[in-house]
Amino acid sequence: MKVNKKPAVSVGGASSEQPVLVVDKISKVYQTNSGSLIAVDGMSFSVNPQEVVSVIGPSGCGKSTLFNLIGGLTPPSSGKISVSGMPVNGPHPSISMVFQEESIFPWRNVVNNVAFPLEINGVPKAEREEHARRFIQMVGLEGFENHTPSQLSGGMRQRVAIARGLASEPKLLLMDEPFAALDEQTRLLLGDKVIQMQQELKQTILLITHNITEAIQLSDRIVVMSYRPGRLKRIIDIDLPRPRTSEIVSSEEFGRYVAMIWDDLREEASKGMAAADSARATT
Amino acid sequence: MTAKSAIFQKEKWVIPLQLGVTFLFFAIIEIAIELKWLNEYVLSRPSKIFFAFHRIIVEESILSYTAVTFMEVLGASLGLIFIAIPFGILLAQKKVLWQAWGDWVSALAAAPIVLLYPLFLVVFGRSPMTIIVIAFLTGFSPVVIKTVEGITNVRQVLKDVGRSFNLSAYQQFKLITLPAALPAIFLGLRLGLIYAMITVVAVEYLIDLGGLGNIVGELAERYDLPATYAAMCFVVGVSILFFAFLERLEKWLT
Ligand SMILES: Nc1ncnc2c1ncn2[C@@H]1O[C@H](COP(=O)(O)OP(=O)(O)OP(=O)(O)O)[C@@H](O)[C@H]1O
Ligand SMILES: [Mg+2]
Repeated sequence: MKVNKKPAVSVGGASSEQPVLVVDKISKVYQTNSGSLIAVDGMSFSVNPQEVVSVIGPSGCGKSTLFNLIGGLTPPSSGKISVSGMPVNGPHPSISMVFQEESIFPWRNVVNNVAFPLEINGVPKAEREEHARRFIQMVGLEGFENHTPSQLSGGMRQRVAIARGLASEPKLLLMDEPFAALDEQTRLLLGDKVIQMQQELKQTILLITHNITEAIQLSDRIVVMSYRPGRLKRIIDIDLPRPRTSEIVSSEEFGRYVAMIWDDLREEASKGMAAADSARATT
Repeated sequence: MTAKSAIFQKEKWVIPLQLGVTFLFFAIIEIAIELKWLNEYVLSRPSKIFFAFHRIIVEESILSYTAVTFMEVLGASLGLIFIAIPFGILLAQKKVLWQAWGDWVSALAAAPIVLLYPLFLVVFGRSPMTIIVIAFLTGFSPVVIKTVEGITNVRQVLKDVGRSFNLSAYQQFKLITLPAALPAIFLGLRLGLIYAMITVVAVEYLIDLGGLGNIVGELAERYDLPATYAAMCFVVGVSILFFAFLERLEKWLT
Protein backbone atom coordinates (compact mmCIF):
# COMPACT_ATOMS: atom_id res chain seq x y z
CA MET A 1 0.00 0.00 0.00
CA LYS A 2 2.58 2.52 1.13
CA VAL A 3 5.70 2.27 -0.91
CA ASN A 4 7.78 4.89 0.86
CA LYS A 5 7.30 3.57 4.33
CA LYS A 6 8.02 0.48 6.28
CA PRO A 7 11.31 -0.98 5.17
CA ALA A 8 11.95 -4.62 6.08
CA VAL A 9 12.80 -3.60 9.65
CA SER A 10 9.78 -3.53 11.89
CA VAL A 11 9.17 -2.73 15.53
CA GLY A 12 9.62 -5.15 18.37
CA GLY A 13 11.58 -7.69 16.35
CA ALA A 14 8.55 -9.74 15.43
CA SER A 15 8.05 -9.23 11.75
CA SER A 16 4.43 -10.31 11.87
CA GLU A 17 2.38 -7.27 10.95
CA GLN A 18 0.18 -7.41 14.01
CA PRO A 19 -1.70 -4.10 14.20
CA VAL A 20 -0.84 -1.86 17.14
CA LEU A 21 -4.47 -0.91 17.60
CA VAL A 22 -7.60 -2.80 16.70
CA VAL A 23 -10.98 -1.14 17.18
CA ASP A 24 -13.69 -3.73 16.75
CA LYS A 25 -17.36 -2.69 16.36
CA ILE A 26 -17.06 -0.19 19.15
CA SER A 27 -20.16 1.74 20.30
CA LYS A 28 -20.88 4.26 22.99
CA VAL A 29 -24.33 5.32 24.10
CA TYR A 30 -24.67 8.20 26.57
CA GLN A 31 -27.75 8.41 28.76
CA THR A 32 -28.82 12.04 28.87
CA ASN A 33 -31.84 13.87 30.21
CA SER A 34 -33.35 13.93 26.74
CA GLY A 35 -32.93 10.20 26.18
CA SER A 36 -30.00 8.14 25.00
CA LEU A 37 -27.47 9.55 22.57
CA ILE A 38 -25.46 7.29 20.32
CA ALA A 39 -22.09 9.04 20.22
CA VAL A 40 -20.12 6.28 18.49
CA ASP A 41 -21.85 3.55 16.53
CA GLY A 42 -20.16 0.29 15.59
CA MET A 43 -16.81 1.66 14.41
CA SER A 44 -14.07 -0.72 13.31
CA PHE A 45 -10.58 0.03 12.06
CA SER A 46 -7.00 -0.75 12.90
CA VAL A 47 -3.67 1.03 13.02
CA ASN A 48 -0.52 -0.76 11.91
CA PRO A 49 2.97 -0.35 13.38
CA GLN A 50 4.65 2.95 12.45
CA GLU A 51 1.53 4.16 10.75
CA VAL A 52 -0.08 7.56 11.22
CA VAL A 53 -3.85 7.37 11.02
CA SER A 54 -6.18 10.33 11.41
CA VAL A 55 -9.79 10.26 12.43
CA ILE A 56 -11.62 13.21 10.95
CA GLY A 57 -15.18 14.34 11.46
CA PRO A 58 -17.29 17.42 12.08
CA SER A 59 -17.60 19.00 15.51
CA GLY A 60 -19.67 16.90 17.89
CA CYS A 61 -19.56 13.70 15.83
CA GLY A 62 -18.03 11.70 18.66
CA LYS A 63 -14.29 12.10 18.10
CA SER A 64 -13.40 12.82 21.71
CA THR A 65 -15.66 9.98 22.78
CA LEU A 66 -13.71 7.64 20.52
CA PHE A 67 -10.47 9.05 21.98
CA ASN A 68 -11.63 8.33 25.53
CA LEU A 69 -12.79 4.86 24.54
CA ILE A 70 -9.44 3.94 22.99
CA GLY A 71 -7.53 5.48 25.90
CA GLY A 72 -9.60 3.37 28.29
CA LEU A 73 -11.02 6.36 30.17
CA THR A 74 -14.61 5.56 29.15
CA PRO A 75 -15.95 2.01 29.00
CA PRO A 76 -17.60 1.14 25.67
CA SER A 77 -21.27 0.20 25.50
CA SER A 78 -20.30 -2.62 23.20
CA GLY A 79 -17.38 -3.75 21.09
CA LYS A 80 -13.72 -4.40 21.79
CA ILE A 81 -10.45 -2.51 21.63
CA SER A 82 -7.01 -4.08 21.78
CA VAL A 83 -3.46 -2.78 21.78
CA SER A 84 -0.76 -5.10 20.46
CA GLY A 85 -3.17 -7.95 20.94
CA MET A 86 -3.99 -7.08 24.55
CA PRO A 87 -7.55 -6.00 25.36
CA VAL A 88 -8.04 -2.45 26.64
CA ASN A 89 -10.22 -2.48 29.75
CA GLY A 90 -8.93 0.73 31.26
CA PRO A 91 -5.95 3.04 30.94
CA HIS A 92 -3.18 1.11 29.26
CA PRO A 93 0.57 1.71 29.62
CA SER A 94 1.08 1.15 25.89
CA ILE A 95 -1.06 4.15 25.04
CA SER A 96 -0.23 7.81 25.71
CA MET A 97 -2.98 10.36 25.46
CA VAL A 98 -2.57 13.97 24.37
CA PHE A 99 -5.75 15.84 25.21
CA GLN A 100 -7.75 18.42 23.25
CA GLU A 101 -7.77 20.78 26.21
CA GLU A 102 -4.61 22.14 27.69
CA SER A 103 -3.38 19.40 29.96
CA ILE A 104 0.15 20.11 31.16
CA PHE A 105 0.60 20.74 34.87
CA PRO A 106 0.89 24.49 35.54
CA TRP A 107 2.80 23.86 38.79
CA ARG A 108 5.61 21.91 37.12
CA ASN A 109 8.27 23.28 34.83
CA VAL A 110 8.82 21.82 31.36
CA VAL A 111 11.30 19.12 32.37
CA ASN A 112 9.19 17.96 35.28
CA ASN A 113 6.08 17.87 33.13
CA VAL A 114 7.78 15.73 30.51
CA ALA A 115 9.44 13.51 33.12
CA PHE A 116 6.11 12.90 34.87
CA PRO A 117 5.44 9.41 33.44
CA LEU A 118 8.94 8.33 34.46
CA GLU A 119 8.57 9.84 37.91
CA ILE A 120 5.49 7.78 38.67
CA ASN A 121 7.38 4.69 37.57
CA GLY A 122 10.12 5.44 40.08
CA VAL A 123 12.91 6.34 37.63
CA PRO A 124 15.65 8.26 39.54
CA LYS A 125 15.67 12.03 39.10
CA ALA A 126 18.87 12.46 37.07
CA GLU A 127 17.99 9.64 34.74
CA ARG A 128 14.43 10.75 34.08
CA GLU A 129 15.49 14.35 33.46
CA GLU A 130 18.03 13.25 30.91
CA HIS A 131 15.41 11.11 29.25
CA ALA A 132 12.93 14.01 29.28
CA ARG A 133 15.48 16.35 27.69
CA ARG A 134 15.66 14.09 24.68
CA PHE A 135 11.94 14.45 24.02
CA ILE A 136 11.97 18.14 24.80
CA GLN A 137 14.58 18.55 22.12
CA MET A 138 12.55 16.43 19.74
CA VAL A 139 9.58 18.78 19.95
CA GLY A 140 11.93 21.75 19.54
CA LEU A 141 11.81 23.17 23.06
CA GLU A 142 15.47 22.92 24.06
CA GLY A 143 16.38 25.93 26.15
CA PHE A 144 12.92 26.03 27.75
CA GLU A 145 13.48 23.12 30.14
CA ASN A 146 13.17 25.24 33.26
CA HIS A 147 10.36 27.49 32.07
CA THR A 148 6.97 27.24 33.73
CA PRO A 149 3.90 26.70 31.54
CA SER A 150 2.73 30.27 32.13
CA GLN A 151 5.87 31.47 30.38
CA LEU A 152 5.11 29.49 27.22
CA SER A 153 2.81 30.10 24.26
CA GLY A 154 -0.17 27.84 23.58
CA GLY A 155 1.70 26.00 20.83
CA MET A 156 4.68 25.39 23.09
CA ARG A 157 2.43 24.07 25.83
CA GLN A 158 0.87 21.55 23.46
CA ARG A 159 4.37 20.47 22.43
CA VAL A 160 5.17 19.87 26.09
CA ALA A 161 2.04 17.70 26.28
CA ILE A 162 3.23 15.73 23.25
CA ALA A 163 6.72 15.33 24.72
CA ARG A 164 5.17 14.08 27.96
CA GLY A 165 3.12 11.60 25.93
CA LEU A 166 6.23 10.39 24.14
CA ALA A 167 8.33 10.14 27.30
CA SER A 168 6.59 6.95 28.41
CA GLU A 169 7.58 5.43 25.05
CA PRO A 170 4.09 4.25 24.19
CA LYS A 171 3.28 1.81 21.43
CA LEU A 172 0.53 4.18 20.37
CA LEU A 173 0.44 7.95 20.69
CA LEU A 174 -3.18 8.99 20.80
CA MET A 175 -3.85 12.68 20.16
CA ASP A 176 -7.19 14.52 20.30
CA GLU A 177 -7.07 17.73 18.23
CA PRO A 178 -3.79 18.78 19.85
CA PHE A 179 -3.49 21.89 17.70
CA ALA A 180 -7.16 22.88 17.54
CA ALA A 181 -6.63 26.02 19.58
CA LEU A 182 -3.69 27.26 17.49
CA ASP A 183 -3.55 29.46 14.42
CA GLU A 184 -3.10 27.90 11.00
CA GLN A 185 0.57 28.84 10.50
CA THR A 186 1.62 27.50 13.88
CA ARG A 187 -0.41 24.40 13.21
CA LEU A 188 1.38 23.72 9.90
CA LEU A 189 4.80 24.21 11.47
CA LEU A 190 3.94 21.98 14.40
CA GLY A 191 2.78 19.44 11.85
CA ASP A 192 6.34 19.43 10.52
CA LYS A 193 7.64 18.83 14.03
CA VAL A 194 5.28 15.89 14.46
CA ILE A 195 6.42 14.44 11.14
CA GLN A 196 10.09 14.71 12.14
CA MET A 197 9.40 13.16 15.52
CA GLN A 198 7.42 10.37 13.94
CA GLN A 199 10.25 9.58 11.51
CA GLU A 200 12.84 9.59 14.24
CA LEU A 201 10.94 7.36 16.65
CA LYS A 202 8.97 5.38 14.08
CA GLN A 203 6.07 6.27 16.34
CA THR A 204 2.63 4.83 15.66
CA ILE A 205 0.10 7.63 15.91
CA LEU A 206 -3.66 7.95 15.96
CA LEU A 207 -4.55 11.60 15.47
CA ILE A 208 -8.03 12.91 15.98
CA THR A 209 -8.78 16.14 14.14
CA HIS A 210 -11.38 18.16 12.34
CA ASN A 211 -8.78 19.85 10.17
CA ILE A 212 -8.52 18.45 6.65
CA THR A 213 -5.10 19.95 5.88
CA GLU A 214 -3.62 18.61 9.09
CA ALA A 215 -5.05 15.14 8.46
CA ILE A 216 -3.62 14.90 4.94
CA GLN A 217 -0.29 16.50 5.88
CA LEU A 218 0.39 13.95 8.59
CA SER A 219 -1.42 10.73 7.75
CA ASP A 220 -0.98 7.49 5.90
CA ARG A 221 -4.69 6.83 6.19
CA ILE A 222 -7.68 8.91 7.13
CA VAL A 223 -10.79 7.55 8.82
CA VAL A 224 -13.76 9.76 8.00
CA MET A 225 -16.57 9.80 10.56
CA SER A 226 -20.22 10.58 9.97
CA TYR A 227 -22.29 12.86 12.20
CA ARG A 228 -24.88 11.36 14.57
CA PRO A 229 -24.50 8.58 14.95
CA GLY A 230 -20.72 8.66 14.76
CA ARG A 231 -20.03 5.93 12.25
CA LEU A 232 -17.15 5.07 10.02
CA LYS A 233 -17.94 6.62 6.67
CA ARG A 234 -14.84 5.83 4.68
CA ILE A 235 -11.14 5.12 5.00
CA ILE A 236 -8.90 7.01 2.58
CA ASP A 237 -5.29 6.07 1.82
CA ILE A 238 -2.99 9.05 1.46
CA ASP A 239 -0.30 8.13 -1.05
CA LEU A 240 1.83 11.22 -0.78
CA PRO A 241 5.60 10.76 -0.70
CA ARG A 242 7.49 10.78 2.58
CA PRO A 243 9.33 12.45 4.17
CA ARG A 244 6.83 15.27 3.93
CA THR A 245 6.97 18.87 4.99
CA SER A 246 4.28 21.48 5.22
CA GLU A 247 5.22 22.63 1.71
CA ILE A 248 3.25 19.70 0.44
CA VAL A 249 -0.01 21.56 1.09
CA SER A 250 0.48 23.56 -2.08
CA SER A 251 0.90 20.51 -4.32
CA GLU A 252 -1.74 19.47 -6.79
CA GLU A 253 -2.14 16.00 -5.35
CA PHE A 254 -2.73 17.49 -1.95
CA GLY A 255 -5.50 19.59 -3.39
CA ARG A 256 -7.15 16.51 -4.84
CA TYR A 257 -7.17 14.84 -1.43
CA VAL A 258 -8.63 17.95 0.15
CA ALA A 259 -11.43 17.97 -2.42
CA MET A 260 -12.07 14.28 -1.88
CA ILE A 261 -12.31 14.54 1.90
CA TRP A 262 -14.27 17.74 1.85
CA ASP A 263 -16.76 16.01 -0.42
CA ASP A 264 -17.29 13.39 2.29
CA LEU A 265 -17.26 15.83 5.14
CA ARG A 266 -19.46 18.55 3.72
CA GLU A 267 -22.57 16.45 4.00
CA GLU A 268 -21.74 15.47 7.58
CA ALA A 269 -20.71 18.94 8.64
CA SER A 270 -23.93 20.45 7.35
CA LYS A 271 -25.90 17.80 9.25
CA GLY A 272 -23.97 18.87 12.32
CA MET A 273 -24.69 22.53 11.70
CA ALA A 274 -28.39 21.87 11.18
CA ALA A 275 -28.51 19.92 14.45
CA ALA A 276 -26.71 22.72 16.29
CA ASP A 277 -29.07 25.33 14.82
CA SER A 278 -32.20 23.42 15.77
CA ALA A 279 -30.80 22.82 19.26
CA ARG A 280 -30.32 26.57 19.59
CA ALA A 281 -33.80 27.23 18.24
CA THR A 282 -35.42 25.01 20.88
CA THR A 283 -33.61 26.57 23.81
CA MET B 1 4.79 37.07 34.57
CA THR B 2 1.10 36.27 34.81
CA ALA B 3 -1.64 38.85 34.79
CA LYS B 4 -2.45 38.08 38.41
CA SER B 5 0.98 38.80 39.80
CA ALA B 6 1.21 41.94 37.69
CA ILE B 7 -1.61 43.43 39.75
CA PHE B 8 0.35 42.86 42.93
CA GLN B 9 3.55 44.18 41.45
CA LYS B 10 4.15 47.43 43.30
CA GLU B 11 5.53 50.44 41.49
CA LYS B 12 8.62 52.05 43.01
CA TRP B 13 6.83 55.23 44.08
CA VAL B 14 4.04 53.46 45.98
CA ILE B 15 5.86 53.16 49.31
CA PRO B 16 7.09 56.81 49.43
CA LEU B 17 3.55 57.85 48.49
CA GLN B 18 2.02 55.77 51.28
CA LEU B 19 4.49 57.21 53.80
CA GLY B 20 3.85 60.71 52.52
CA VAL B 21 0.08 60.39 52.85
CA THR B 22 0.43 58.97 56.37
CA PHE B 23 2.72 61.80 57.38
CA LEU B 24 0.34 64.37 55.93
CA PHE B 25 -2.54 62.78 57.83
CA PHE B 26 -0.64 63.07 61.13
CA ALA B 27 0.38 66.62 60.33
CA ILE B 28 -3.25 67.60 59.77
CA ILE B 29 -4.28 66.07 63.10
CA GLU B 30 -1.41 67.86 64.88
CA ILE B 31 -2.51 71.18 63.41
CA ALA B 32 -6.16 70.50 64.18
CA ILE B 33 -5.31 69.85 67.83
CA GLU B 34 -3.09 72.93 67.93
CA LEU B 35 -6.00 75.02 66.64
CA LYS B 36 -8.33 73.32 69.17
CA TRP B 37 -10.54 71.88 66.43
CA LEU B 38 -9.93 68.51 68.03
CA ASN B 39 -9.91 67.75 71.74
CA GLU B 40 -6.51 66.69 72.99
CA TYR B 41 -8.15 64.50 75.65
CA VAL B 42 -9.80 62.38 72.97
CA LEU B 43 -7.06 62.25 70.40
CA SER B 44 -3.39 62.64 71.29
CA ARG B 45 -1.00 64.81 69.38
CA PRO B 46 0.87 62.69 66.84
CA SER B 47 4.12 64.20 68.10
CA LYS B 48 3.40 62.90 71.61
CA ILE B 49 2.37 59.53 70.22
CA PHE B 50 5.65 59.43 68.38
CA PHE B 51 7.66 59.97 71.56
CA ALA B 52 5.48 57.48 73.45
CA PHE B 53 6.82 54.73 71.20
CA HIS B 54 10.08 54.78 73.08
CA ARG B 55 8.18 54.43 76.34
CA ILE B 56 6.00 51.50 75.30
CA ILE B 57 9.02 49.64 74.02
CA VAL B 58 11.36 50.27 76.94
CA GLU B 59 9.04 50.70 79.94
CA GLU B 60 6.01 48.69 78.94
CA SER B 61 8.05 46.04 77.09
CA ILE B 62 5.53 45.81 74.27
CA LEU B 63 7.81 43.41 72.44
CA SER B 64 7.20 40.65 74.95
CA TYR B 65 3.44 41.23 74.55
CA THR B 66 4.00 40.92 70.81
CA ALA B 67 5.66 37.57 71.37
CA VAL B 68 2.59 36.37 73.31
CA THR B 69 0.27 37.48 70.52
CA PHE B 70 2.54 35.85 68.01
CA MET B 71 2.44 32.52 69.87
CA GLU B 72 -1.34 32.65 70.00
CA VAL B 73 -1.61 33.40 66.28
CA LEU B 74 0.82 30.57 65.67
CA GLY B 75 -1.37 28.23 67.72
CA ALA B 76 -4.41 29.19 65.67
CA SER B 77 -2.39 28.76 62.43
CA LEU B 78 -1.40 25.24 63.41
CA GLY B 79 -5.07 24.47 64.01
CA LEU B 80 -5.99 25.91 60.61
CA ILE B 81 -3.25 23.96 58.84
CA PHE B 82 -3.68 20.64 60.59
CA ILE B 83 -7.42 20.64 61.26
CA ALA B 84 -9.20 23.02 58.87
CA ILE B 85 -7.33 22.02 55.69
CA PRO B 86 -7.71 18.27 56.27
CA PHE B 87 -11.37 18.83 57.13
CA GLY B 88 -11.84 20.70 53.84
CA ILE B 89 -10.07 17.91 51.98
CA LEU B 90 -12.38 15.41 53.61
CA LEU B 91 -15.50 17.39 52.73
CA ALA B 92 -14.35 17.71 49.12
CA GLN B 93 -14.15 13.95 48.66
CA LYS B 94 -17.88 13.35 48.46
CA LYS B 95 -20.57 15.66 47.22
CA VAL B 96 -22.96 14.53 49.98
CA LEU B 97 -20.45 15.47 52.66
CA TRP B 98 -20.22 19.00 51.35
CA GLN B 99 -23.99 19.18 50.92
CA ALA B 100 -24.44 18.04 54.51
CA TRP B 101 -21.76 20.24 56.08
CA GLY B 102 -21.23 23.13 53.72
CA ASP B 103 -24.07 25.23 55.08
CA TRP B 104 -22.79 24.89 58.63
CA VAL B 105 -19.32 25.96 57.58
CA SER B 106 -20.74 28.97 55.75
CA ALA B 107 -22.95 29.81 58.72
CA LEU B 108 -19.89 29.74 60.96
CA ALA B 109 -18.28 32.31 58.66
CA ALA B 110 -21.15 34.70 59.29
CA ALA B 111 -21.40 34.07 63.04
CA PRO B 112 -19.88 36.70 65.38
CA ILE B 113 -17.91 34.08 67.27
CA VAL B 114 -15.96 36.67 69.26
CA LEU B 115 -19.14 37.58 71.10
CA LEU B 116 -19.34 34.06 72.46
CA TYR B 117 -16.15 34.57 74.44
CA PRO B 118 -17.81 34.08 77.85
CA LEU B 119 -18.77 30.59 76.77
CA PHE B 120 -15.19 29.78 75.83
CA LEU B 121 -13.98 31.25 79.12
CA VAL B 122 -16.15 28.74 80.92
CA VAL B 123 -14.84 25.85 78.87
CA PHE B 124 -11.14 26.72 78.57
CA GLY B 125 -10.68 29.11 81.49
CA ARG B 126 -8.94 32.47 81.33
CA SER B 127 -5.99 31.08 79.40
CA PRO B 128 -4.27 31.54 76.04
CA MET B 129 -6.12 28.41 74.96
CA THR B 130 -9.39 30.33 74.96
CA ILE B 131 -7.87 32.93 72.67
CA ILE B 132 -6.37 30.34 70.36
CA VAL B 133 -9.62 28.41 70.04
CA ILE B 134 -11.72 31.49 69.28
CA ALA B 135 -9.16 32.69 66.72
CA PHE B 136 -9.03 29.24 65.15
CA LEU B 137 -12.82 29.17 64.82
CA THR B 138 -12.99 32.57 63.12
CA GLY B 139 -10.36 31.46 60.61
CA PHE B 140 -11.89 28.05 60.13
CA SER B 141 -14.59 28.79 57.51
CA PRO B 142 -12.52 30.59 54.86
CA VAL B 143 -9.88 27.88 55.03
CA VAL B 144 -12.39 25.05 54.70
CA ILE B 145 -14.43 26.77 52.00
CA LYS B 146 -11.40 27.65 49.86
CA THR B 147 -9.94 24.16 50.30
CA VAL B 148 -13.18 22.53 49.13
CA GLU B 149 -13.42 25.02 46.26
CA GLY B 150 -9.83 24.37 45.19
CA ILE B 151 -10.24 20.62 45.19
CA THR B 152 -13.62 20.46 43.48
CA ASN B 153 -12.51 22.92 40.80
CA VAL B 154 -9.54 20.89 39.61
CA ARG B 155 -9.94 20.74 35.83
CA GLN B 156 -11.32 17.44 34.57
CA VAL B 157 -8.62 17.14 31.92
CA LEU B 158 -5.88 17.19 34.59
CA LYS B 159 -7.66 14.39 36.43
CA ASP B 160 -7.95 12.54 33.11
CA VAL B 161 -4.20 12.85 32.57
CA GLY B 162 -3.71 11.16 35.94
CA ARG B 163 -6.17 8.43 35.04
CA SER B 164 -4.51 7.90 31.66
CA PHE B 165 -1.25 7.18 33.49
CA ASN B 166 -3.11 4.74 35.73
CA LEU B 167 -2.29 6.54 38.96
CA SER B 168 -3.39 5.07 42.27
CA ALA B 169 -5.89 7.09 44.29
CA TYR B 170 -3.07 8.25 46.56
CA GLN B 171 -0.85 9.30 43.61
CA GLN B 172 -3.76 11.04 41.97
CA PHE B 173 -4.29 13.09 45.14
CA LYS B 174 -0.64 13.82 45.84
CA LEU B 175 0.51 14.52 42.28
CA ILE B 176 -2.56 16.14 40.74
CA THR B 177 -5.43 17.14 43.02
CA LEU B 178 -3.38 18.70 45.80
CA PRO B 179 -0.94 20.74 43.68
CA ALA B 180 -3.79 21.90 41.46
CA ALA B 181 -5.79 23.02 44.52
CA LEU B 182 -2.84 24.55 46.36
CA PRO B 183 -3.23 28.18 45.18
CA ALA B 184 -6.85 28.20 46.42
CA ILE B 185 -5.87 26.53 49.69
CA PHE B 186 -3.19 29.16 50.32
CA LEU B 187 -5.63 31.92 49.57
CA GLY B 188 -8.01 30.46 52.15
CA LEU B 189 -5.22 30.10 54.67
CA ARG B 190 -4.18 33.70 54.19
CA LEU B 191 -7.75 34.93 54.72
CA GLY B 192 -8.15 32.65 57.73
CA LEU B 193 -4.94 33.90 59.32
CA ILE B 194 -5.95 37.51 58.87
CA TYR B 195 -9.24 36.81 60.66
CA ALA B 196 -7.40 34.85 63.34
CA MET B 197 -4.92 37.68 63.94
CA ILE B 198 -7.69 40.27 64.34
CA THR B 199 -9.56 37.96 66.68
CA VAL B 200 -6.51 37.27 68.85
CA VAL B 201 -5.98 40.98 69.51
CA ALA B 202 -9.69 41.59 70.06
CA VAL B 203 -10.10 38.76 72.57
CA GLU B 204 -6.90 39.76 74.41
CA TYR B 205 -8.45 43.17 74.82
CA LEU B 206 -11.82 41.79 75.90
CA ILE B 207 -10.54 39.39 78.56
CA ASP B 208 -7.47 41.40 79.61
CA LEU B 209 -5.13 38.56 78.97
CA GLY B 210 -2.01 37.99 76.98
CA GLY B 211 -0.49 40.16 74.31
CA LEU B 212 -1.04 43.28 72.28
CA GLY B 213 -4.77 43.62 72.84
CA ASN B 214 -4.16 43.38 76.56
CA ILE B 215 -1.52 46.14 76.68
CA VAL B 216 -3.71 48.48 74.63
CA GLY B 217 -6.46 47.88 77.18
CA GLU B 218 -4.16 48.48 80.16
CA LEU B 219 -2.78 51.71 78.75
CA ALA B 220 -6.28 52.95 78.01
CA GLU B 221 -7.37 52.19 81.57
CA ARG B 222 -4.44 54.21 82.87
CA TYR B 223 -5.63 56.97 80.59
CA ASP B 224 -2.17 57.20 79.09
CA LEU B 225 -3.52 58.39 75.76
CA PRO B 226 -0.29 58.92 73.80
CA ALA B 227 0.95 55.47 74.81
CA THR B 228 -2.45 53.91 73.99
CA TYR B 229 -2.38 55.35 70.51
CA ALA B 230 1.25 54.40 70.09
CA ALA B 231 0.40 50.82 71.06
CA MET B 232 -2.48 50.81 68.56
CA CYS B 233 -0.17 52.06 65.82
CA PHE B 234 2.24 49.36 66.85
CA VAL B 235 -0.49 46.71 66.44
CA VAL B 236 -1.34 48.06 63.01
CA GLY B 237 2.33 47.94 62.04
CA VAL B 238 2.69 44.36 63.27
CA SER B 239 -0.43 43.34 61.32
CA ILE B 240 0.86 44.94 58.15
CA LEU B 241 4.17 43.14 58.50
CA PHE B 242 2.35 39.89 59.21
CA PHE B 243 0.15 40.18 56.09
CA ALA B 244 3.11 41.14 53.94
CA PHE B 245 4.96 38.14 55.27
CA LEU B 246 2.03 35.84 54.41
CA GLU B 247 1.87 37.27 50.90
CA ARG B 248 5.58 36.60 50.42
CA LEU B 249 5.28 33.12 51.85
CA GLU B 250 2.39 32.33 49.52
CA LYS B 251 4.31 33.53 46.48
CA TRP B 252 7.32 31.56 47.50
CA LEU B 253 5.40 28.35 48.10
CA THR B 254 3.35 28.35 44.89
N1 LIG C 1 -20.23 12.48 29.13
C1 LIG C 1 -21.18 12.72 28.21
N2 LIG C 1 -22.49 12.57 28.53
C2 LIG C 1 -23.45 12.79 27.61
N3 LIG C 1 -23.21 13.19 26.34
C3 LIG C 1 -21.95 13.37 25.97
C4 LIG C 1 -20.85 13.14 26.88
N4 LIG C 1 -19.70 13.41 26.23
C5 LIG C 1 -20.05 13.77 24.99
N5 LIG C 1 -21.38 13.74 24.81
C6 LIG C 1 -22.11 14.03 23.59
O1 LIG C 1 -21.65 13.14 22.60
C7 LIG C 1 -21.51 13.79 21.34
C8 LIG C 1 -20.10 13.63 20.85
O2 LIG C 1 -19.23 14.38 21.68
P1 LIG C 1 -17.66 14.41 21.46
O3 LIG C 1 -17.10 15.29 22.49
O4 LIG C 1 -17.17 13.03 21.38
O5 LIG C 1 -17.58 15.12 20.03
P2 LIG C 1 -16.29 15.67 19.25
O6 LIG C 1 -16.38 15.13 17.90
O7 LIG C 1 -15.07 15.43 20.02
O8 LIG C 1 -16.60 17.23 19.21
P3 LIG C 1 -15.55 18.45 19.10
O9 LIG C 1 -15.09 18.51 17.68
O10 LIG C 1 -16.39 19.63 19.46
O11 LIG C 1 -14.44 18.18 20.05
C9 LIG C 1 -21.89 15.24 21.56
O12 LIG C 1 -23.21 15.41 21.13
C10 LIG C 1 -21.81 15.42 23.05
O13 LIG C 1 -22.75 16.36 23.49
MG1 LIG D 1 -13.56 16.67 20.84
